[in-house]
Amino acid sequence: MSAATIFSPELAARFDKLVTLYPVKRSALVPMLLYAQDEVGCLSDAVIAEVAERIGISELDVRNVVSYYSMLRTKPAGKYNVQVCTNISCMLRGGNEILAVCKKRLGVGHKGVTADGLFSLEEVECIGACSWAPAAQVNYEFHENLTPESMERLLSEYRTRGLAEERGKGK
Amino acid sequence: MATLTTHPDCVPLVSYRFGKGATAIDRYLELDGYQSARKAIELGPDAIISEMKTSNLRGRGGAGFPTGLKWSFVPKQAPRPKYVLVNGDESEPGTCKDRLIFEHDPHAVIEGVIIAALAIQAKMGFIYLRGEYRYLLKIMERAVEEAYAKGFLGKNIFGSGIDLDVVTQTGAGAYEVGEESALMESLEGKRGVPRIRPPFPAVVGLYGGPTIINNAETIATVPHIFRIGAAEYAKIGTERNGGTRLFCLSGHLNRPGVYELPMGYNLKKMIYEVGGGIPGGKKLKAVVPGGSSTPVLLPEEIDIGMDFDQVGKAGSMLGSGGVVVLDETVCMVEFALRTMKFYQHESCGWCIPCREGTDWLKKSLTRLHEGGAVDKDIDNIRYLAENMLGRTFCPLGDAAAMPTIGFVKKFRKEFEDHLDGRGCPYHHAPEPVLV
Repeated sequence: MSAATIFSPELAARFDKLVTLYPVKRSALVPMLLYAQDEVGCLSDAVIAEVAERIGISELDVRNVVSYYSMLRTKPAGKYNVQVCTNISCMLRGGNEILAVCKKRLGVGHKGVTADGLFSLEEVECIGACSWAPAAQVNYEFHENLTPESMERLLSEYRTRGLAEERGKGK
Repeated sequence: MATLTTHPDCVPLVSYRFGKGATAIDRYLELDGYQSARKAIELGPDAIISEMKTSNLRGRGGAGFPTGLKWSFVPKQAPRPKYVLVNGDESEPGTCKDRLIFEHDPHAVIEGVIIAALAIQAKMGFIYLRGEYRYLLKIMERAVEEAYAKGFLGKNIFGSGIDLDVVTQTGAGAYEVGEESALMESLEGKRGVPRIRPPFPAVVGLYGGPTIINNAETIATVPHIFRIGAAEYAKIGTERNGGTRLFCLSGHLNRPGVYELPMGYNLKKMIYEVGGGIPGGKKLKAVVPGGSSTPVLLPEEIDIGMDFDQVGKAGSMLGSGGVVVLDETVCMVEFALRTMKFYQHESCGWCIPCREGTDWLKKSLTRLHEGGAVDKDIDNIRYLAENMLGRTFCPLGDAAAMPTIGFVKKFRKEFEDHLDGRGCPYHHAPEPVLV
């Protein structure tokens, strides 16, 4: 591997282990892209190049896979990526209203990122929370049985948490 | 944290260990864990498959194919390694049951993989979860590590001389990957587009080797069949529909939730008694009985037993067990449109009838709902959907077409009410939330 790695030692180790688990190295591609995205923020050109090199396939092969999966992105999302489900079960229980609250509060639409980079918003397809609808995911955390009020509270909690972390970093 | 909801009619079989701390292997062992795997080692492949056939377990992913029969299709001698693949890419709208299994009883999934691997003599198994279920991947990974540490996975499992490795991983957001051949493509690190069949996965599957692919609930059920006995298991359900099912009740209900009920449980009772009926004294308008791809049922069609055969006879499908309940306020055109938006978004684009069909259907339904549709649009929607049926390599095209045909057929009047050029006649702003 070239010295220009942008993976952290932990991510590199996870990758090295993952490729040994499968009969073919390429099988590690889809999960690895997601883990890399979690660490780096998005699948930048540099990430794609490194993944391609580590697996031993072309960058185009990697890009073809990246464009297929809806969770994979080539541009950064907000620190908190708010994903609101509006599919049938959530729609019946107010999912569209939850999305409207988020749009209003965050001032961005579908796939928008707030100017401070704290939030991004996505209207997503079914996330598997139908019996506890309406639901949303913030990064990987599930939030269920939402109401417009609880969604507002949730956003302010994340804002407070995010701002505190930013201040902590600044010190 | 997703939890099971209970009702006096529930039969806690697959959910037997839910909420009992069974994610830890020692607790799982206390609750009869890994006894079924030991039994299966003694039985050997032929007897395992025969037991599975006796159980009348049918695939819980949606198609309802008899599991024992599926396993029996794997050739005994094969030039390439065999694999067991667990489909935990739960994505069918209305379905949220596999989540509970991974969260509460991960070892049951592993034990199911062990038994399936013993049955077909595979040395490797994969557990594939949807990408959104990251917290469940951690639970599954830990469980797999524990099983390795106890010698239940790895070399010489349970001292039997048999080797078995299990890998867990997630996808990255794609409904289509829940389709068995697309799932194998994804696991091979590719775009999730379907494969042409035949050959079927039982003969040529993952990495070209014979593969059995089962839904997570199906696999998690297997150890329970060996725990209570296949004949006992079969007795719980109805004819040719053994056991229980995790039904996901959602939509306009007083008590939505995931409930474990016997196969064949009456749908009307499920809605009015188990699910607590419809909130606000409103009337029932329609039921989607098995996830978004199953044709809608009218209130007069729901006095049926929820098993694959009875729901099939009623003109729909038991599907994935996602029962979505709609009250009288729902605009069926809007509901059909939201359903189609989903399929259009998820179509992988490989087969033209699905790629073009879902897009045209979305456009036509949007025109109806937002205004500007003409008389011919209604027949065109049905015509388009009917022409998608059976003309794609995977069932996504059918999954988009079947409910659409149902909506137009059963709610034609509502579709016609959208034709005056102004769009939805029932569409009103959401009621203000009273604080």
